[in-house]
Amino acid sequence: MAERCAVIGIGQTRYARRRDDLSLDGLVREAALRALEDAGLDWKDLDAIVIGKAPDALEGVLMPELSLCDALGAVGKPIHRVHTAGSVGASTAISAATLVESGLYRTVLTLGYEKQSEGNATWALGGGRSGSQGAGGSFAPWIRNYIRKSGAPEHIGWKVAVKDRKNALRNPYAHLQLKDISIEKVKESPMLWDPLHFLESCPSSDGAAAMVLTDSAGAKRAPRRPAWVIAHAKRTEFSQFPGRDTVRPAAGVECAKALYAKAGIKDPLHQIDCAELYVPFSWYEPMWLEGHLFTDEGEGWKLTDSGATELGGSFPVNMSGGVLSSNPIGASGMIRCLEAASQVRGSAGEYQVEGARIALGHAYGGAAQYFAMWIVASEPAPSF
Amino acid sequence: MSAEEIAIVAFAQTPAVREYPDSEASMLMDLTNQLLRETGLARSEVGFTIAGSCDYLSGLPFAFVMNVDGFGAWPPVYESHVEMDGAWALFEAWVRLQMGDVDVALVAGSGKSSPGNPREIFPLQTNPYYAAPLGLDPVSVAGIQARALLDAGRARERDFAEVVARSRRDGMANPNAQVAKDVSVDALLKEPYFAAPLRRHDLPPISDGAAAVLVARGDRARQLAKRPVWIRGIDHRIESSHLGLRDLTDSPSSRLAAEKLHIHDGPIDVAELCVRFSPEEIVLREALGLRPSTRINPSGGPLCGHPVMATGLVRVVEVARRIRDGEARRGLAHAASGPALQQNLLCLLEGGA
Repeated sequence: MAERCAVIGIGQTRYARRRDDLSLDGLVREAALRALEDAGLDWKDLDAIVIGKAPDALEGVLMPELSLCDALGAVGKPIHRVHTAGSVGASTAISAATLVESGLYRTVLTLGYEKQSEGNATWALGGGRSGSQGAGGSFAPWIRNYIRKSGAPEHIGWKVAVKDRKNALRNPYAHLQLKDISIEKVKESPMLWDPLHFLESCPSSDGAAAMVLTDSAGAKRAPRRPAWVIAHAKRTEFSQFPGRDTVRPAAGVECAKALYAKAGIKDPLHQIDCAELYVPFSWYEPMWLEGHLFTDEGEGWKLTDSGATELGGSFPVNMSGGVLSSNPIGASGMIRCLEAASQVRGSAGEYQVEGARIALGHAYGGAAQYFAMWIVASEPAPSF
Repeated sequence: MSAEEIAIVAFAQTPAVREYPDSEASMLMDLTNQLLRETGLARSEVGFTIAGSCDYLSGLPFAFVMNVDGFGAWPPVYESHVEMDGAWALFEAWVRLQMGDVDVALVAGSGKSSPGNPREIFPLQTNPYYAAPLGLDPVSVAGIQARALLDAGRARERDFAEVVARSRRDGMANPNAQVAKDVSVDALLKEPYFAAPLRRHDLPPISDGAAAVLVARGDRARQLAKRPVWIRGIDHRIESSHLGLRDLTDSPSSRLAAEKLHIHDGPIDVAELCVRFSPEEIVLREALGLRPSTRINPSGGPLCGHPVMATGLVRVVEVARRIRDGEARRGLAHAASGPALQQNLLCLLEGGA
């Protein structure tokens, strides 16, 4: 009983260092209401709600679905909560899509959020220990290893940092609006975790992102163009073991393979029009271009260097500004998925990729060990 | 809704203990290996894995990441995690198996309450602005619920004690029970109050533990188990977080879930209810419309062992065991989350080919 799933509503809050103007309830409600409005629906039209966020300890609220259910119109309905580390936003969208695809639920609200200003994200990302090296500290050695193996020149990271921040200037929701961003500024910003400079790292944001998903019949009734979910995949592997490839984790490769197989895609770089990849540190753009099979090994940085991943390039990546410009952790994967959907709906405004038909949303988490991805299209059964 | 045929083909649980000395991952590894051995499945034949656990119990953000080591993730696996009781992981697995491209799923729930103090941790479930600063913990909320039942004339303290006496006695036959005892209602009523009108025995023990089940689709289920236990439906519902907006003597979310599952279309031989505090059984029995012919919590229920994040999934295991062993034909498993039965899940199980 497989049903098709479509994205018919998208809602985001403005992302910022601190959203003191909103409670947690207000934050999630702002995104949810915007998604419902976009879908032309009301709370009563929802059959289920699926939320996701990173650790409860970030805000100090245990099992937040219990206290947020009123704000999310969930009373009397099913609501459940996903947590798969940094990949959670995309995992949550996929769980919600599964509810629709199963045929058991017609219209589902899915939402990811984080209000990082309520707590200490670097403490939490260090597994709750003091003196944490932070996420950048975990990833930097693997990035150095990528640079060593691929022979990529050091300016690649700076280039990604500038590109994504320039894209963010076109996105009114983006947290960082760095009008004077430049290669010079990036490389002169303080070194945090060699080779990552301050401006090559994601910010810590407050924000929420939501989508309304529904079946074919619901998509037909929707006031605006739907984005069709044509494939999704998730893969997980152990955090560490001898011989683990931390630069190009097997789970990421297998996730991409499963995703493309489901979608019927053989040449992702050419058959997919654009991608929102989870790039919290600049170097992860070329690393995921390789790790998710857009290019051969050692070739990802060349694609970035060629300008292909810029807005207007042949394969734009992170048109919205990406995680480098807004990072409410629990929402960041959801944002990647909904920005991909927005592109194929033609609703991405100033950062619309002209004629985008097929787009990919992606997130990863943990020790680069959790992967969740989806492909959305402007048609339910696109031909390639 | 009409769901596909999906069955529990194997299940396993650890005993509930006050303090399990090793990691949560090691519990999950034992259970996973037990299930694979029993069904003869290779790890690679399990198409989807999903677990439920809670970071906060051990005070470690991302604690669930370590559990991946327990249920196995090399080569990489198709996997997810809910920060909820394993019963909600079962819900998601059941939904996922509807689609037909995955035919076997591993579901787990695990929790260790021993590293922390549940009465300090669980107030954080309540509204962070209005309620959490008051430190309203589950025991106090259960006391308010018990008082509401007494004040409404819906129960007497003796009724609470009867639930406890029966549960603790039934627990004596349950090798996984942490607390079990043959004790009379009169003796229980002589005990002092702990959080009036609750006595200490109206509370569950603080437990560590885990449970896991393997579920499979139609014919695959028939291949893997001599007596598959069919999941006829799973439904879950939530109520307002504002205690003042709820009638604590009732459980409308449970009743709604029961209606959606049509639980009364046939006899319910056994019901395993997530009764963490004895008054909850009285609320649930009435909300679900259970008749005297339904055997409630033959395992002793959570009053005999309460491994948070697995307690709901253990209810599923206990019902499945009785159906597999031919003691029951049709049964109901219940899981709960939040203060005073705020969120409830029902899983209707049935034997037969």
